[in-house]
Amino acid sequence: MTWIWSNLDLIWDRTFDHLILSVPSIILSFVIALPFGWLAYRYRSSRAVILTTVGLLYAIPSLPLFIVLPFIVGTSIRSPLNLIIALTLYGVALMVRVVADGLGSVDRDVRQSATAVGFSGWSSFWRVELPLAGPVLLAGLRVVAVSTVSLATVGAVIGAQSLGSLFTDGFQRGIEAEIIVGIVATVLLALALDAALVLLGRLLMPWTRRSAIGVTARPAPVIREVAA
Amino acid sequence: MTFLTETLAWLLDPAHWVGAGGIPTRLAQHLLFTLVTLVVAAVIAVPIGFLIGHTGRGRGLAVAISGAFRAIPTLGLLTLVALWVGIGLNAPYVALTVLAIPPILAGAYTGFEAIDRKIIDAARAVGMSEMQIVLKVELPLGLPLLIGGLRSATLQVVATATLAAYIADFGLGRYLFEGLRIRDYGEMLGGSILVILLAIVLEGLFALAQKLVVPRGVTAGRPTDIPGGSSRSRPVMELTIEEGNSHVRNE
Repeated sequence: MTWIWSNLDLIWDRTFDHLILSVPSIILSFVIALPFGWLAYRYRSSRAVILTTVGLLYAIPSLPLFIVLPFIVGTSIRSPLNLIIALTLYGVALMVRVVADGLGSVDRDVRQSATAVGFSGWSSFWRVELPLAGPVLLAGLRVVAVSTVSLATVGAVIGAQSLGSLFTDGFQRGIEAEIIVGIVATVLLALALDAALVLLGRLLMPWTRRSAIGVTARPAPVIREVAA
Repeated sequence: MTFLTETLAWLLDPAHWVGAGGIPTRLAQHLLFTLVTLVVAAVIAVPIGFLIGHTGRGRGLAVAISGAFRAIPTLGLLTLVALWVGIGLNAPYVALTVLAIPPILAGAYTGFEAIDRKIIDAARAVGMSEMQIVLKVELPLGLPLLIGGLRSATLQVVATATLAAYIADFGLGRYLFEGLRIRDYGEMLGGSILVILLAIVLEGLFALAQKLVVPRGVTAGRPTDIPGGSSRSRPVMELTIEEGNSHVRNE
């Protein structure tokens, strides 16, 4: 406990470093994944290519990616930018599939109704399909947030500062409390970002709150299964 | 472009392919470590997962535990266990077995849950015992998702085993840390490429295995002359993202 009180400044600084790494990565993942997810959802030919690519991208272990990336995009290995790019790539890899699944989950009748009442393809995407896919996207983004915060700690072994620096420093100096604080702070930060996303979801999708008391927007999908 | 030739030179140097620190030895260490960790984790997680999937009990607890594990940074767990049990291979074995359990557990019980209840009822109606239902119905139908769980556990273990070279002298990760320390671009890039190739090859093998284990009756498609057809006309291959199935990387 004494270690915590005498190192509050350090803990705060590393938390801030960690936020600088993870928040931009999470936002960028979502923004970049939208068009690719749409392409994967819309066309059969692009679907296979995109989903295979993101699957392989996701299979790349993080430490080798942190090391290889600077030689491909020219960032410095210890710079936050290098880590942000790598974390964004993982986020995109996860989110593209979620976006494709989310858009696919929108009922075909709803999409046809949107066309029938005069929505163009573009406005139907933004005003009908995207909002209806919202809950699925939110679930995916929450997973991205938690895994990004956790992954960002790995950068510490190559010298990029984050809460992970508390692990490497605590390990080298044999301070157990420092490592435990690092773990707890990482988990708390992940939970905080997760809660922020849930809150954002409630603000942007007020209709999802109603479903909690039993009003469902869509009929049970059983009928569709038989028809198909 | 010099780093590219340096990497190739490092990879092709015959001296790096022999001896205790050679690529074959390091690769073997990496693979053996991954295999042992996965087997131990599977022996623990699969029976529990089957029990949860078959009875439907304890699911909430399993979801909560695997959800919590997803947030725990592996590097933190590795270094903490290393302080407790000392430097060497024990710490990575303990830490990684613990981390490999949630995805396998999730694969095991979601595999059972994805099965149409009508099929289980039919199996019971024709007089199968609970044990027969598990082994002859639920296991084959749930196998693709179980292998999916093993697949994500493997990815996680291969990746984190690289990271474990930070606390123990073993595996391909050594090249990354040594190359970083002495600023040898050839060594750190060569080592990274080897780890990436290993991960992608394993990913491909698991993807293939997932396709191969789908029972023939499921892939054959539904007969056209019988209305309704099979209620499971398509294998369930992917875990959709939901709370607690921990199908994500966090090494």
